[in-house]
Amino acid sequence: MNTLEFFLAGTLSAATIFLLAALGELVAEKSGVLNLSLEGMMAVGAAVGFVVTYESGNHVLGFAIAGLAGVCVSLVFAFVTLTFLANQVATGLAVGILGLGLSALIGRNHESLTIAATEGINIPVLSDIPLIGAVFFQQNLVVYITFALAIVIALVLSTTRLGLAIRSTGENPHAAQALGCPVFLIRYGCVAFGGLLAGCAGAYASTIYTPLWADGMIAGRGWIAVALVVFGTWKTGRIAFGAVLFGMVSLGELIAQAMGARVPSQLLSSLPYIVTIIVLAAISTNTARMRLHAPFSLGETFDGSNDR
Amino acid sequence: MVFRLVKREHASRWMLLVTPLLAVLLSILASSILLVILGKPVLLTMHSFFIAPFENFYSITEIFLKFGPLLLIAQALAVGFRAKVWNIGAEGQMIIGAICASAVPVYFVDSTSGWMLPTMAVLGALGGMAWAAIAAFLKTRFNANEILVTLMLSAIALQLLYYLLLGPWKDPMGFNFPQTVMFQNEALFAPLFSGVRLNTSIFIPIAFTLAVWLLMEKHFAGFTLEVGGQAPNAATYAGFSAKKAVWVSLLLAGFAAGIAGMSEVAGPIGQLQRSVTSGYGYAGIIVAYLGALHPIGIVFAAFFLAVLQIGGDVALVSADLPISAVQVFQGLLLIFYLSVYTLVNYRIQPARVEKAASTGLPS
Amino acid sequence: MVANDSINLDVHTGSIHAVLGENGAGKSTLMKLVYGMVEADSGSMSWNGNVVNLKNSAAARKLGIGMVFQHFSLFETLSVVENISLTMPGSRAELAKKIKAIGERYQLVVNPDASVHALSVGERQRVEIIRCLMQDLKLLILDEPTSVLPPQHIQSLFDALRKLRDSGVAILFISHKLDEIRDLCDTATVLRDGRVAGTVNPQEATSQELATLMIGREVPHIQSTRESVNDASTVLRLNQLSAKNPDPFGTSLTGIDLHVKQHEIVGIAGVSGNGQQELSRIISGEWRPKSLTTQAIEMFGQPVAELGPTERRSLGFSFVPEERLGRGAVPPMSLNQNALLTAFSQGILNRGFIRKKTLRSFTDQCIADFDVRCGGNNAIASSLSGGNLQKYIIGRELMLKPRLLFVAQPTWGVDIGAATAIRQRLLDLRDQGIGVLIVSEEIEELFEVTDRLYVINGGKLSPSLVTAEVTPNDIGEYMIATHSSDAAQPEVHAHGV
Repeated sequence: MNTLEFFLAGTLSAATIFLLAALGELVAEKSGVLNLSLEGMMAVGAAVGFVVTYESGNHVLGFAIAGLAGVCVSLVFAFVTLTFLANQVATGLAVGILGLGLSALIGRNHESLTIAATEGINIPVLSDIPLIGAVFFQQNLVVYITFALAIVIALVLSTTRLGLAIRSTGENPHAAQALGCPVFLIRYGCVAFGGLLAGCAGAYASTIYTPLWADGMIAGRGWIAVALVVFGTWKTGRIAFGAVLFGMVSLGELIAQAMGARVPSQLLSSLPYIVTIIVLAAISTNTARMRLHAPFSLGETFDGSNDR
Repeated sequence: MVFRLVKREHASRWMLLVTPLLAVLLSILASSILLVILGKPVLLTMHSFFIAPFENFYSITEIFLKFGPLLLIAQALAVGFRAKVWNIGAEGQMIIGAICASAVPVYFVDSTSGWMLPTMAVLGALGGMAWAAIAAFLKTRFNANEILVTLMLSAIALQLLYYLLLGPWKDPMGFNFPQTVMFQNEALFAPLFSGVRLNTSIFIPIAFTLAVWLLMEKHFAGFTLEVGGQAPNAATYAGFSAKKAVWVSLLLAGFAAGIAGMSEVAGPIGQLQRSVTSGYGYAGIIVAYLGALHPIGIVFAAFFLAVLQIGGDVALVSADLPISAVQVFQGLLLIFYLSVYTLVNYRIQPARVEKAASTGLPS
Repeated sequence: MVANDSINLDVHTGSIHAVLGENGAGKSTLMKLVYGMVEADSGSMSWNGNVVNLKNSAAARKLGIGMVFQHFSLFETLSVVENISLTMPGSRAELAKKIKAIGERYQLVVNPDASVHALSVGERQRVEIIRCLMQDLKLLILDEPTSVLPPQHIQSLFDALRKLRDSGVAILFISHKLDEIRDLCDTATVLRDGRVAGTVNPQEATSQELATLMIGREVPHIQSTRESVNDASTVLRLNQLSAKNPDPFGTSLTGIDLHVKQHEIVGIAGVSGNGQQELSRIISGEWRPKSLTTQAIEMFGQPVAELGPTERRSLGFSFVPEERLGRGAVPPMSLNQNALLTAFSQGILNRGFIRKKTLRSFTDQCIADFDVRCGGNNAIASSLSGGNLQKYIIGRELMLKPRLLFVAQPTWGVDIGAATAIRQRLLDLRDQGIGVLIVSEEIEELFEVTDRLYVINGGKLSPSLVTAEVTPNDIGEYMIATHSSDAAQPEVHAHGV
């Protein structure tokens, strides 16, 4: 594998973490719920995923339990904001803090341990194509599943009855309820789905992308995933594009070092955050576009009463 | 669902007072369960947390040492939260404040001028404000979400700190540790009593609290911020500028966090190092909420969280409790607070029949 | 609070049954009961002779009950067919076909693939009715359906409803407009304070009888003694004002000319969503588009395009917005604090610090002078009834002693007593020499109080019309003129209101 192949293949692999988490957040936000605890849910998923995989040697089991843990954390958030009507922003921060604390607690006996790296899946014939084969057809199964999931989610949201119910709940829960949409059920479901994907994204980060556990290893990637949903103006394709872009940026550090660039490593480490800020400002300045695509009721508390 | 929430006609003042206490009790209950799961002695841990910190004079002064920055940051954050300006990057503003303040003793290693400390304070405050101003500018000019921007700025500030400590500002005699030289006495606050770390900087948060109380409870400017948070359209209608609210909230927080960072390097730490913030920026968010975003409530909340931090240090030794358990407890505290706070505006009613107006899961 | 108390209501197949009552009489709550959105604490509902217990609106729909809401329950970002497929099984192509068929049968034409946010209010109402007709409909509930329509379109709605009745559907028609009920309905149940005040045949009862049943006493009248004043100066002038709305769901304003003089009440009529909100926000200074020319807005002869709401207020301008809670007042704040919102310049501040005593006496005076019924100056704004809160806000704005008063929807959701008091107040103000501008969707109200009228339609303003020289039908013509999206509307019959 040459440097270019390594870089491009690594980009897709890194993008998978962002995309998986952002897709879950997208579904939750489409139903009108702003769940800012993504970072915490991913951290719990990463810790649980690593511990289970390390102890059992079974990656699938690791992902399953990590996804389940993500769902559990997201249900705490859902219960406090949907049933107990608490402010979504503040609750997101609180559950995020809880999640980071729990992840450190869960992983405390596995700090700095590693597990064996997994092999990618070689798709016959296609993987032998120069460059393209190495980049697209020798990836881990999770990478394929994630990008396929992006397409499935886009289709479900735009064409199915379920997608319609989710979108209408996110636009106007009062009207949706008046029509008999189970608003609370839909929102609980969407938040839990977000938790599932966040947990899996964490597990992917700790067991496949860098197969080791270190406290704080999610390192802001959950927040970047939240930002990605805004960048992509709640559109799946653009979110996937943004995820690949950030996969590239986060590999910048490795590449610059490989090429012997004389730039402080801290500057390169800051690059994803700097890019996030710049892109966020560039996208958000078009308020008309934000208004056109953002779910209307995003972040608003809905107490189920009929008065508007 | 076995219950449903019904909106009260008036907010319950009684619940407002009870909410923080109830949240504390519920958090203690939940973390006791967690302790049992972890196999830690519950009573010993609780003793370490809530009794041990008061058992000797030094420990009590340490509580107040933590109380200062928590109070300072939480007061400023609460002003923003009341105006619905979500600055969660006090951590970064504190780091930049500490860096700017440290520039003075780092570059004037031998100075014995009496102006050192005041200069550091001014630079610290300006640094924190400048860092917050980036978020304010991007919010008001480009509509960029301040939650994400302040958070990203915190991550960048941390990298900047690492760069300075590993590079140009590293103490040449420091055995390659990532830290600056120890500051001279002229760059440090004087201890309040001999043999303790608590110093005269404690008066800054107290004065700041008074100022915030006047601003938010007595002054028209505070009222305009509050209106902006409660009903943005009413603020526009009245002619209160939303942009001004963003600037005021963020600059105030930048000021407070910058001073907090400065008083850490010019106080208990005495140099610039990696763990300069001790997580005060994030804990400040919890303090602000637990204090019901009210200047007086925040005083009690800051004290409680300061006790919790000292207690955590005690429990680390006495009960071998991992430090992350304190973080879990803080998260629980805020979650329970936000849940119970709903009862200020709603009351719980047993659900006799499933109604359309219920907030539970519909059948 | 009891919204409905021991109500008996019988609705029969093939009849149009009116539910009549003024604001707050409990009409909407009753309809939500029938539609399954609220459950009754006692009593029962029978359907074709069987007692039914509706758990939610889906259960109501299953029985064949449909409802058209006053504030539509459509989703702006979805298309017509997507909106309908939320409650109807079937593929989108099938549904679109059915929508077209129903549209032709009842003359409720609408494009199934159009996005709802691009539809006019009248078209949205058609979508709501079609949605009900998609199922096997037995009972159709309409909540104040005419309040959003120009006079010409009201008749075509009535034609469709009569057709429906003749095909065997029972219709519950909620309204507070007596003439319409007399025109359309076979039976009328009058509600007052949540109770049935009487059931009558509207064709036989006089409007006066219905009105007396509805409010329980003689209908209050307003009096005015208008004197013509010749040397009145202009207090507000808009010169070729145009503004592009950055909100893709909003309306842009083009070439608006308007003036208001002292000693007159000027009204702006129009179907909601035609630029009223944008125009209000531009006049109040809440929206200051950078593209405005300096002369675009003049108050008291002075260009104000760049001035904010506070500066305009200090010139002698006062504004009462249409949303009382959340814009005109902060819901969880006390009346004292709400007074501070606009009255802070009235000697209440001392170097920015609030003088609590002065503030309280300001609020007390406002409560006393304007007959605001509330629990004192510390009462929370959201605890006041719509009418009392409106009186409080108008009172607060009048205490600023304006020379130009702008009121948007002065009597929306206000009971008749308060509405009459408010209209009387506006007339008195005019007689004192104040220039008054009103935006209203109630044509009756505009004809009752205004001297001149403009009609807003698609972000454009009609020429100035003298109220005494035009009929509601003329106003209706302006409301629907050039409304290209309404081109599919069938020929309308002239009809007075």
